[in-house]
Amino acid sequence: MIRVDAVSLSFTHEGEVSQVLQGISFAVEDQGSCAIIGPSGCGKTSLLFLLAGLLQPDAGTITIEGRPRTGTILQNYGLFPWKTVIDNIGLGLALKGAPKARIRTRVEGLLAEMGLAGFGRHYPAQLSGGMQQRVAMARALAIEPQILFMDEPLSSLDALSRERLQNLILEVWRDKRITTILVTHSIEEAVYLGRRIIVLSRRPGRILEIVDNPGAGDREYRQTEQFFRHCNQLRRILKEEDDGPQA
Amino acid sequence: MGRKRDILIAALILLALWQAAALLLDSMALPQPWIVLVDIGSRIADGSLLDDLAISTFRALCGIGLALAAAVPLGLAVGAEASLGRRLSPFIYLLYPIPHVVLLPLIIILFGIGNFSKIFLIALIVFFQILVTTRDAARTIHRNYFHAMQTLGATRLQIYRHVILPASLPKILTALRISIGTAVAILFFVESFATTTGLGYIIMDSWGRADYVALYTGISCMALLGFALYLLLDRLERRLCAWTRSN
Repeated sequence: MIRVDAVSLSFTHEGEVSQVLQGISFAVEDQGSCAIIGPSGCGKTSLLFLLAGLLQPDAGTITIEGRPRTGTILQNYGLFPWKTVIDNIGLGLALKGAPKARIRTRVEGLLAEMGLAGFGRHYPAQLSGGMQQRVAMARALAIEPQILFMDEPLSSLDALSRERLQNLILEVWRDKRITTILVTHSIEEAVYLGRRIIVLSRRPGRILEIVDNPGAGDREYRQTEQFFRHCNQLRRILKEEDDGPQA
Repeated sequence: MGRKRDILIAALILLALWQAAALLLDSMALPQPWIVLVDIGSRIADGSLLDDLAISTFRALCGIGLALAAAVPLGLAVGAEASLGRRLSPFIYLLYPIPHVVLLPLIIILFGIGNFSKIFLIALIVFFQILVTTRDAARTIHRNYFHAMQTLGATRLQIYRHVILPASLPKILTALRISIGTAVAILFFVESFATTTGLGYIIMDSWGRADYVALYTGISCMALLGFALYLLLDRLERRLCAWTRSN
């Protein structure tokens, strides 16, 4: 269980304080999937960084029960260009001092699972954007996490690889029973992948609405009426926010 | 390989130009290259040149090695640790532009006229070149790389090993490339007095004796020493920075 309670965050830049997040509260149950969506600059990446422990809140608390292992996929610059695919994927285990033989079997398994077989000795720059994100996914999964944090992992991909990777994320969530938290600016992605969707306002980010979306988790969900209804609902909420409160 | 052939052709063209200039000038001050080559060959055969070549190589390598061993760790730390950077950068700012070669009298007073003084002066000058480049390289590493390491649970030492050092290495090697030229130039300077060994001594001594063939032998060997160090560095770069050629 992840519990976020009245969390606020502000940054200070050259003496000026700017409020990034204000009074954020929500919860994600174990093995749940949660999408965080909002206008650009609303602080959704900061919220993910808070959850992943890369930032500390000014006020409020974040409780993650049972000290689970977590994996994180960052938007850009997540892979190390000076390490081969194999070394990137195995890094988390290597840092924990896992034996070499165990790292090798684990990495080989992940290469096959992520469709990266034969690319182990390549450097990230030699791979397409979609394959780089598969490497990032493999690296996050290498330590067998119970929670997976993703910050717009698919934003730089073309439509086709995007859809493929969305299906991959769906499979990871369903088959491995990993709690997934996904930040995205795509409405369809949020509805396809998040059983719970947290809609943030413009900066400073507040929660506009928490949408329950129990149909998510099925590959055929994209074709259902429920899917379109939820997409339209999100579009309406985000548009009202974009137009301002008076409109 | 095409590159090797091109370098060989360039070397032959330079030798031909030297030959042409020597024939044209017809002066004792510019002997023909084959005479110099024969002189080098015979001096190597009778062993008299080998000692000088060895001691010069030793001094240059020790100087560069000493500078590297001190400048790389310090530069990485000053670049990567903001508080250390704030405290030490003003000192570097003040000490870097000094022409360190003028410290020679002081160094000789402190350390005598032996090998150590010579090595120390080379190291001192090269140290600052490598230090400043290394610091700037470590300072400009994108922070997402640090976030990625944090999400994998890395310690500070592991971050140095897997991010700060490899990310800075291409620039360190570029600094080293420039430093080789500097080191050989300083080598000539420190070998031009208070010693009877080394290539610099051969040059000064044969100049004094108006032995122009020996003079050119010294000059050529100094050039070859620089070239050999350059080749060594090329090898090193290929091994250590294979990823920079993958883009």
